[in-house]
Amino acid sequence: MIELTEVTKRFGGTTAPAVDRLTLTVADGEVVVLVGPSGCGKTTTLKMINRLIEPTSGTISIDGVDVTGLEPHELRRGIGYVIQQIGLFPHRTVRENIATVPRLLGWDRARIERRVRELAETTDLGDDMLDRYPSELSGGQRQRVGVARALAADPPILLMDEPFGAVDPIVRAKLQDELLELQRRLRKTIVLVTHDIDEAIKLGDRVAILSVGGHLEQYAPPEELLRAPANDFVADFLGSDRGIKRLSLIRIADIDLEPGPVVPPGTDVDRARAVMAGYDTDWVAVVDGDRMLGWVTNDGLDGRSTIDGVDLEPFVTRLTPNNTLEEALDAAISSHTAIAAVFDGERFLGMITVERISREIVR
Amino acid sequence: MIAQAADQPFVRWDWIVDHVDDIWAATWEHIVLTAIAVGVGFVISLALSMLALRHRRAYGPITWVTGILYTIPSLALFAFLVPITGLTTLTAEIGLVSYTLLILIRNIVAGIDGVPASVRESAVGMGYTRRRLFLEIELPLALPVIVAGIRIAAVTTIGLVTITALIGKGGLGFLILRGLNLFYSPVGTTQIVVGTVMSVILAVAVDLSLVGAERAMTPWSRRRSR
Repeated sequence: MIELTEVTKRFGGTTAPAVDRLTLTVADGEVVVLVGPSGCGKTTTLKMINRLIEPTSGTISIDGVDVTGLEPHELRRGIGYVIQQIGLFPHRTVRENIATVPRLLGWDRARIERRVRELAETTDLGDDMLDRYPSELSGGQRQRVGVARALAADPPILLMDEPFGAVDPIVRAKLQDELLELQRRLRKTIVLVTHDIDEAIKLGDRVAILSVGGHLEQYAPPEELLRAPANDFVADFLGSDRGIKRLSLIRIADIDLEPGPVVPPGTDVDRARAVMAGYDTDWVAVVDGDRMLGWVTNDGLDGRSTIDGVDLEPFVTRLTPNNTLEEALDAAISSHTAIAAVFDGERFLGMITVERISREIVR
Repeated sequence: MIAQAADQPFVRWDWIVDHVDDIWAATWEHIVLTAIAVGVGFVISLALSMLALRHRRAYGPITWVTGILYTIPSLALFAFLVPITGLTTLTAEIGLVSYTLLILIRNIVAGIDGVPASVRESAVGMGYTRRRLFLEIELPLALPVIVAGIRIAAVTTIGLVTITALIGKGGLGFLILRGLNLFYSPVGTTQIVVGTVMSVILAVAVDLSLVGAERAMTPWSRRRSR
């Protein structure tokens, strides 16, 4: 657990503090994102944890031990550190870069080699990559090496300063997903700094929003921030589309589904048309118990007496309870009828409508 | 040389053949004087550079003093030193070392300043001590710029060593000086030519081997993104 208590930092020659009496606790295995506009002291706060910057007053402790009581270089060897420019050593190969902290700690050669291979696999770096120099890597690969290097000595804590700021949006999204996947397995205590609120919402278990001068405006899980911003600053910082942003945090499993325009086999056409009218669609789906047989348009029912024997189309877009409402909205809108079907494997669970999603937005 | 009689050869090959041992001895002395000057100069420069890097305010005075040393005419410097340290190797080396300092210090400091801030920050953030940061990260990364400085210092020194012939040292310079004293005679011009040519060959050879050594020591700087 990392505890910041009444931490203040004043840089020499300035009167306004960069960080002002900040109190913040980071629980073990939690991802905490510090976010805010430039000048809000988020990077300063991060660097005080590994003592690259010393606080003017207040205390910072890790697992109850005051960090100022430790030798700075000893403290830092026990904390993973990743910065935006990554700072790989250009004169060392990927293998040697990853081995940095184990070497500082004096591990033996065999143990280091074993660990390097393990990390190359964890971070999806091919074996052929290990003998390259950083100048021979792409931005995304460098970033992965940076993360592997930070994890090398298996530190319980990882500090990340705008780790994905220097790569293009597509690679960034991929690296964010990889970090979440890595975190799911490793359960590190991560403090990450970013100026990108979307990144904060995506990565943080809890997000601390700071305003200029290092004031903590709100510290809460992303869903709570979006649902109940503490003040105008937080609401502004989250953006006017915070209702939509919140959709990415709610899973389909979290809400009640509707049956949708479905009928059982053997239903007569008049009844099927009435169900369509009820949902204001021009199609109806046939469901046998929890088995989805397919759907048919209104025109396809012409000249029939019951629904049996018509040509049914399969559902192409199949949502699962694990999808977010954002993905559901995307699927529903692209279906032209504002409805999308949800399946658990082969089992049909129900339908989700744009109307239902919009009720979540305004909640 | 223009006044030389037509029947007298410009270079007496037989003199060269007879004096191969002398020429080698002079060349060896030249190499030793140069090596000591650049070696000692480098150690002093490294120490002064570390001082300048740690205390930025010291950099101005250090370059100021070494800059003044650099501008003193070499003849005047030796004339000034002889009454104090005599006609000795020490006198020669004091002069030669003085002339390497400015070049070496400037390149060492520039090389280490050129290490990217992000590399330094990540190294410190991962727990490098100041000493290991300097030895394992900063120095190797500054190597290309430092070697560039050593090349200039070495080539300059090889040229300057000839001047020390005036105080009884001089390596190949001794041949040139003796040749001057025997001007208009074929033996004189032969020695001037031998001293000059050997000195140039030496400078080129040292420069090339330093380039080779740098390439061998910095394999990373030749591989670029594919």
